[in-house]
Amino acid sequence: MRKKASAWLALALGIGMALSGCSSSNSSSDNAKQGSQKAGEKLEIFSWWTGAGEEDGLKALIKLFQEKYPDIEVENAAVAGGAGTNAKAVLASRMQGNDPPSTFQVHGGAELNEGWVAAGKMEPLNDLYEKEGWMDKFPKALIDMVSKDGNIYSVPVNIHRGNVLWYNKKIFADNGLQPPKTFDEFFQVADKLKAKGITPLALGDKEPWAATHLFENVLLGTLGTENYKKLWTGELSFNDPQVKQAVETFKKMLNYINEDHSSRNWQDAAQLVAEGKAAMYVMGDWVKGYFVNDLKLKVNEDFGYVPVPNTEGKFMVITDTFGLPKGVKNPDDVKKFLAVLGSVEGQDAFNPLKGSIPARIDADPSKYDEYGKQTMQDFKTAELAPSLAHGSAAPEGFVTKVNQAVNIFVTQKDVKTFIDTLASAATELKK
Amino acid sequence: METVNITPAEKTAAVPAVRKKRKWTADHWLAAAFLAPSVILIFLFVYGFIAWTGYVSLSNWNSLVPDWSFAGLKNYLYLFHDFRFQADLRNTLVFTVLFIAAVIVLGQLLAILLDQKLRGESLFRNIFFFPMALSFVVTGVVWQWLFNPSTGVNLFLKPLGLDSKWYTDTTILGGFHWGKIEFGIPVAIIAVVVAAVWQMTGFAVAMYLAGLRAIPDEVREAARMDGATEFQLYWKIILPLLRPITVSVIIIMAHISLKIFDLIYAMTGPGANFVTDVPGVYMFETTFRGNYYANGAAIAIVMLLSVAIFIVPYLISSRKGGS
Repeated sequence: MRKKASAWLALALGIGMALSGCSSSNSSSDNAKQGSQKAGEKLEIFSWWTGAGEEDGLKALIKLFQEKYPDIEVENAAVAGGAGTNAKAVLASRMQGNDPPSTFQVHGGAELNEGWVAAGKMEPLNDLYEKEGWMDKFPKALIDMVSKDGNIYSVPVNIHRGNVLWYNKKIFADNGLQPPKTFDEFFQVADKLKAKGITPLALGDKEPWAATHLFENVLLGTLGTENYKKLWTGELSFNDPQVKQAVETFKKMLNYINEDHSSRNWQDAAQLVAEGKAAMYVMGDWVKGYFVNDLKLKVNEDFGYVPVPNTEGKFMVITDTFGLPKGVKNPDDVKKFLAVLGSVEGQDAFNPLKGSIPARIDADPSKYDEYGKQTMQDFKTAELAPSLAHGSAAPEGFVTKVNQAVNIFVTQKDVKTFIDTLASAATELKK
Repeated sequence: METVNITPAEKTAAVPAVRKKRKWTADHWLAAAFLAPSVILIFLFVYGFIAWTGYVSLSNWNSLVPDWSFAGLKNYLYLFHDFRFQADLRNTLVFTVLFIAAVIVLGQLLAILLDQKLRGESLFRNIFFFPMALSFVVTGVVWQWLFNPSTGVNLFLKPLGLDSKWYTDTTILGGFHWGKIEFGIPVAIIAVVVAAVWQMTGFAVAMYLAGLRAIPDEVREAARMDGATEFQLYWKIILPLLRPITVSVIIIMAHISLKIFDLIYAMTGPGANFVTDVPGVYMFETTFRGNYYANGAAIAIVMLLSVAIFIVPYLISSRKGGS
């Protein structure tokens, strides 16, 4: 009997504790609510900028904002890893749970327009553009990339160039070679290097997008900007003979890559060029930041750069932009931040550290290094093409499928299967 | 991804229901009151969400915008026609078989060696068991470096004329065409198996050691009296007595290897031509990168079913044995 009584007592106590636990958690959630209402003023900036350089750039931008608006509390909500893929997964669950961050990093183009805008989760920013007089401060082609059906949905902060061929200066000088301007020249150079036992082209496709990055550059070089763009709107079929020609060129290039490509990520592949084990590398210009900041190499001394063969006068654009999600409690604060982000001052605070160039055409070139100055010049005159591998050209779902197809192709080198897979995936690209 | 959780609470919860009509005493009410919270939570957060995942897998939700319209088995059909998923099934099967076989053989061997009443036994026991304390992510990163073709163990092997490509090898051993893929043993997966075995063998050793200790000395003595050699003693008597342990090891290892994600993700990723890809990695990428939510849910359900093939017979037999 006593045992039973004590058990009941224990249960009663347990319930009591549970209840008090509930009540205390109630009050704490009340606090949290009040906190978040207060923190309705807190500005949460969501990005995947956690690496060297990019994090410094973001901090410089936040610092500039806080000097202007000391009353607004800012939270840097960056999610590390995987070139943004982890962050995108976190973002997707937050957006679907109607708990959006105040503003978030998103690549201009399809990732924004076919993703969050199509899902009806973004507020248009036309009034902000007019108020700040931005309509003629960003290139029109760039504004188009962040617009859908006449509305503008985000503010570009930077530009990266995707179609750059990086090369080891010493290897080229020692062998009396010139950086190739066409695919034919590329293969001539590559044959000479291979004969000397040097890996001509570095690739690190442990994460398959790196191979897609190379492929999209070959597509751009073979098809030209207009036709390249038409691929992503379904106006040009993947069964077009030009696409086949590009795939053949891509296939031929794969004969010149390092054998251990699938164990390397993009940084590891860049190292091959830095160490003189490989001669050339096709990658976006974040590589420059890696060479200069992490490996302490010097631009135009240790490494050189030219546009990817056949893509001179073309500019593969990767642009990071920030927008205003629907359902944010402090839209005015977010617009203040976006105004700073889009200002000359903001862009010049961020980009020299990040190693990208400003999206505005009237920024101050003197703040940028040799590479930056030239790229800013090219950006003003070149034809802009959206990058597929980085989500600007087509929706993420299509990109995932292309990455898979490319990953298979790199090993199997089966042109017909590859094109068939691309063509059947492209049926999703409806416009 | 769902886990099949068998908590003690459920097992005991099932008992009162089995009993014949008897008046519920205060004791029963008390037991029910204590169990109710965990039972409700498990039903909601485990089985509820399994059902939800099943529902999503039958829908058309393959973009950022939820689309709940009924798709039938469309997502499953897509998967089973998909090169990557076929490769995943092959890889999981090969990985599971090699991994479990290696863990059982090594686990028994090491446990028997440790059982020889040697000095410093506890030291060795700890050495074997310590890798268990690591996360699969750590194991993955370390073995990725060790097996890196240009920097890892190959630095030792190259002078000997051995130059393995380890997890970057795209060869399929004994390959023949099956669906869209080449079926066989992907060489690259062996490197992953080595890492997984390194981590999990200690667990099997501990279980077998416990099993060996539970065998009374009389059994061995009797066998020796009957003139059995040491080899016969182990082969014909001890190992058969360890069979129940082997069943447990298989169940535990199978559900780890069928759901494996972190080790592969940290160590190799999907691999060239998807030679090291597994459903867990595919599910993560297609759901959270490609926004194919329904496809991802279908992969999760296939994984759940594959684990259920191992777990359910075990549960049924252990319930029979229990009552």
